[in-house]
Amino acid sequence: MSEPRPGNGSPLLDVQDLVVHHGQLRALDRVSLRVFPGEVYAIIGANGAGKSTLLRTIVGLHTPTDGMIRFDGQDMTRVRPERRATQGIVMVPEGRRLFGSLTVEENLQVGATYARKGPWTIERVYELFGWMKERRNQRTAQLSGGEQQSVAIGRALVANPRVLLLDEVSLGLAPVVVQRIYAMMPQILESGLTVLLVEQDVSQALRVASHLQCLLEGHTTLEGRPSEVTPEQVEAAYFGFGHAGEESAPLWSGSTTSSRGS
Amino acid sequence: MVWVNDIIQGVLTGGLYALFACGLSLMFGVMKVVNLAHGDLAVIGGYIALGVITVTHIPALWSFLIVVPVMAVLGYGLQRTLIQAALERSELTTLLVTFGLSVVVEAGLLQFINADSHSLGVGSSIITKSFSVGSQIQIAYLLLLIFAVAVLVLLGLQYFLSSSRYGRMIRAVADDREAAQLSGVDYRHVFGIAAAIAFATVALAGIAYGMYSQFAPTTGTDTILLFAFAAVVIGGLGSLWGTLLGGVVLGVAQQIGAQINISYEVLAGYLVFLAVLVIRPQGLTSRRAHS
Repeated sequence: MSEPRPGNGSPLLDVQDLVVHHGQLRALDRVSLRVFPGEVYAIIGANGAGKSTLLRTIVGLHTPTDGMIRFDGQDMTRVRPERRATQGIVMVPEGRRLFGSLTVEENLQVGATYARKGPWTIERVYELFGWMKERRNQRTAQLSGGEQQSVAIGRALVANPRVLLLDEVSLGLAPVVVQRIYAMMPQILESGLTVLLVEQDVSQALRVASHLQCLLEGHTTLEGRPSEVTPEQVEAAYFGFGHAGEESAPLWSGSTTSSRGS
Repeated sequence: MVWVNDIIQGVLTGGLYALFACGLSLMFGVMKVVNLAHGDLAVIGGYIALGVITVTHIPALWSFLIVVPVMAVLGYGLQRTLIQAALERSELTTLLVTFGLSVVVEAGLLQFINADSHSLGVGSSIITKSFSVGSQIQIAYLLLLIFAVAVLVLLGLQYFLSSSRYGRMIRAVADDREAAQLSGVDYRHVFGIAAAIAFATVALAGIAYGMYSQFAPTTGTDTILLFAFAAVVIGGLGSLWGTLLGGVVLGVAQQIGAQINISYEVLAGYLVFLAVLVIRPQGLTSRRAHS
């Protein structure tokens, strides 16, 4: 564990020694994390590192073989996903997973059906995403990827989550669209939300995160504030130590040096 | 004129078949359950109606006020227990479980009631009569009533699914039950609601069939389930209005078959069923949505 983060009391989300199996495969091996109120907590890691499994276990779609998930002091480890959602743990799932035969507005209405009390309403989501109101009666299948992602985020927001989990929001979207979506983050955080996000796009994650954790093959390899870690550390944690010069996209878009192969 | 009469009779019978089929289609569309006990449930509805009529002496037509709620509750209960347990294993398991349910229901009815045929006597009310159009066409009020009920049921279902909160949740769960859970929706409960609706329609189908014809313990599988299947497949799997279209096509085919030779009635219906399966397996309405 890194230094306690100042100004925050007890963690909102406290995950301890989580072990998750997919059949024989140990997808997560004693992963712990503590997310404090108001944070943007980013989990990074390569494909298959266990990031999505971690998020899906936190919302209850996977059952851990060991470990504990606490939310606001309450044990959530065996609670059903829909109960966790109504308690305030809401995820924007990977691949958006909109209700394809429903309209934009109906998707939001489903999200708001069991909403907690809070600042987010369908109207406010329409204000956040300017284009949406005009096209509220369209089926989501007719929208572009970025628009669908916005509806998926809106559907999660109207539930008034206390912690919003974002699973690979950037996946399959053009960089400019990703930036537009991440540009909404300050407005989302302003409403008092805590965000736990998973990203493959490390530079994007570093830009928004207040805390960072890197997974590699189901283990935590790095944890800290973005300002505290060096690009070299992130790269080593991302690929594993002793990784030797494999062809890969640069992790650090705009970074000065690459220490890969060291 | 004979053919016109056949077509009219066929269309009206199609209403009955649509009543058989819409619950089957709904359960498949929402939870991917092919309910092989569907026909037997209609028969149970018929027997409950018979019991209600015997005890309370209310007219057969009004027995639905009791039978429909009873069947809806039974539907919710069965879905939340037996069918949900099967679903959690696999979709194939639901096929086996509903088949088992069908066998148990038929054997139970034979054991504890008897193998006799029953019908729901409608007495001498207006619906036993018919009216003539021209010299060749006779239309029974009962059949007309059943057709109207079928249309009303489908309209009601469509309105419920498209405009109500639960209807919206049913569609959402049918699209992606995991995503629905992430929005706080308990899909098991929503499945229960959908099953309750399906059982309510099957109760109406059982009563309608009991007034129109006769039922016995095995009528569920040898007639109602098969006709329901044929109507669903002809009309298009998962499409509500498709069940009416499928029912009508089936009904007309049977009437025309019977006109050629009375023994061809049932065969003609299944030939059309087979032809649709070969030529247009997605059904006549190609919409995939269930609403």
